Amino acid sequence: MSFELLFQYFLSGITVGSIYAIVAVGFNIIYNTTGIINFAQGEFLILGAMVGITLSPFLPLPLAIILAVILTVIIGALIEIIFIKWLKEPSVLRVIIITIGVSILIREAMLHIWDEKVRALRYFTGTEVSSVTIFGAHISPQVLWVLGISAVIVICLNFFFKFTLIGRAMRACSANKTAARLCGINSKRMVTFSFMLSAGIGALAGCAVSPLTQTQYDMGASLAIKGFTAAILGGLGNSMAAVAAGLIIGLLEAFSISILPLAYKDAVAIALLLIILFFRPSGLFGSREKSALKEY
Amino acid sequence: MLKILNLEAGYGKLRILKSVSLHVNPGEIVTIIGPNGAGKTTLLNTISGIIKTRSGKIVFNKQNIQQTAAETIVSMGCSLVPEGRQVFNTLTVKENLMLGAYLQFKNGNKKKIKLELKEVLKLFPVLEEREHQLAGTLSGGEQQMLAIGRALMASPRLLMMDEPSMGLAPLIVKEIFETIVRLKDSGMTVLLIEQNARLSLGIADRGYVLETGQIVIEGTVRELLNNHDVQRAYLGKDYKGIDE
Ligand SMILES: Nc1ncnc2c1ncn2[C@@H]1O[C@H](COP(=O)(O)OP(=O)(O)O)[C@@H](O)[C@H]1O
Ligand SMILES: [Mg+2]
Repeated sequence: MSFELLFQYFLSGITVGSIYAIVAVGFNIIYNTTGIINFAQGEFLILGAMVGITLSPFLPLPLAIILAVILTVIIGALIEIIFIKWLKEPSVLRVIIITIGVSILIREAMLHIWDEKVRALRYFTGTEVSSVTIFGAHISPQVLWVLGISAVIVICLNFFFKFTLIGRAMRACSANKTAARLCGINSKRMVTFSFMLSAGIGALAGCAVSPLTQTQYDMGASLAIKGFTAAILGGLGNSMAAVAAGLIIGLLEAFSISILPLAYKDAVAIALLLIILFFRPSGLFGSREKSALKEY
Repeated sequence: MLKILNLEAGYGKLRILKSVSLHVNPGEIVTIIGPNGAGKTTLLNTISGIIKTRSGKIVFNKQNIQQTAAETIVSMGCSLVPEGRQVFNTLTVKENLMLGAYLQFKNGNKKKIKLELKEVLKLFPVLEEREHQLAGTLSGGEQQMLAIGRALMASPRLLMMDEPSMGLAPLIVKEIFETIVRLKDSGMTVLLIEQNARLSLGIADRGYVLETGQIVIEGTVRELLNNHDVQRAYLGKDYKGIDE
């Protein structure tokens, strides 16, 4: 195999990997506040992209994306308020099942609004044929956009959770909700806030990847599975590690094509997920010490 | 400071607290003793708003708080150090303490927080050494100190503690109780729940005995220590009253 070909595989691996990474980060935000996994995370991506696509013919692209993010944030808040907030002391499992129900609901609603057609947002810069050449391999500038946006999101989130009051309060809620309330933290509001935040990040990610992957109403679930695998591989709750894990999964998938038939590509992530859950549930980068302190 | 009248509370159909009445005056240490399962934790959780009041009145600083949310009760100056410590395991010691002052942070009162933090670290110097360690990796005694420190960061006027001696070595318990006395000396009002009656009656001004959800005996520490029922049930049969 030539170096150029290897490098091309590498780049395509990094591209899909960064998409998985950004989905995984969305999972982590809600997990960090509530201890629950929001299985509607993939739908937030698709919803954001769909709204962006619908608005983009009428507005400058950045404005369309911003509006898509805002609208998805509002929907994220509404979902939490309508389906979760009023429950008294719901168990983690119950909320997870609710999010699965919500994901189906959003998917069906999107089918009604946007039908089955495959759409795509236009490229942020250039067109589908423009490419940047790095070490002889060709790469779409959109890939750089996706990587850049992922990086900015992760750095901002890390700062947010470590150094801001609300970020710390959100982590406190996931560590011990009763104790958080005893510190004066309104834990219910923090949950709403985490849904808004991850919906917004999902929508932004959905818009960023839409030119590359295209967008269809039912693509959320498979994105969610890959993102979930990355989140678990990175050790739930750790955003930096989730990004690394997302890239690893993307690379594994890309290189698997050169050994395995294409049809097995999706099986790689699932197999990986099962292996992690069996042998290292604290994740590749999660410390055992830290995960022993968490309640599952 | 705190006045409770005919308080009833429980879990679902379970009625745990039956017409509990008590009061705490400013500057006092009041202790509530009683056997396991008497409803002591339920009582404190009801006062702090974690459990809903069924009926009765809770008055804190002349305000009715029986229907007030837990978050608001903290902001009024009534803090609870919960049973079993309940620190934020996955956060550092410093972050735990800072979150204790969450409401002051929200109000932008940074200077006061710094002073408060200094006070707390003076009270528990070991917390300063462990500032950047995850709270879950601390020893039981250190976690208890952290839990007390976190509650103090909210600058409460009434500090409620739920069995601070639970599961700790005698030497550490002694240290914690000495701290409670120092807090009282600096003007804090304390409502202290303990199973270890000898310890808590040793530092309190007044006390109540709670059995199966009812206050059965109340009085000054001297009265309780001389009460034969209290001696038999909580102090051991070899205990001699201080007036005898
Ligand atoms: N979450 C709960 N649900 C139902 N019953 C409870 C709960 N917590 C405590 N109880 C019951 O309430 C009673 C009082 O418990 P508690 O207030 O913890 O007593 P104490 O702190 O004095 O040991 C016990 O009989 C206990 O079984
Ligand atoms: Mg108790």
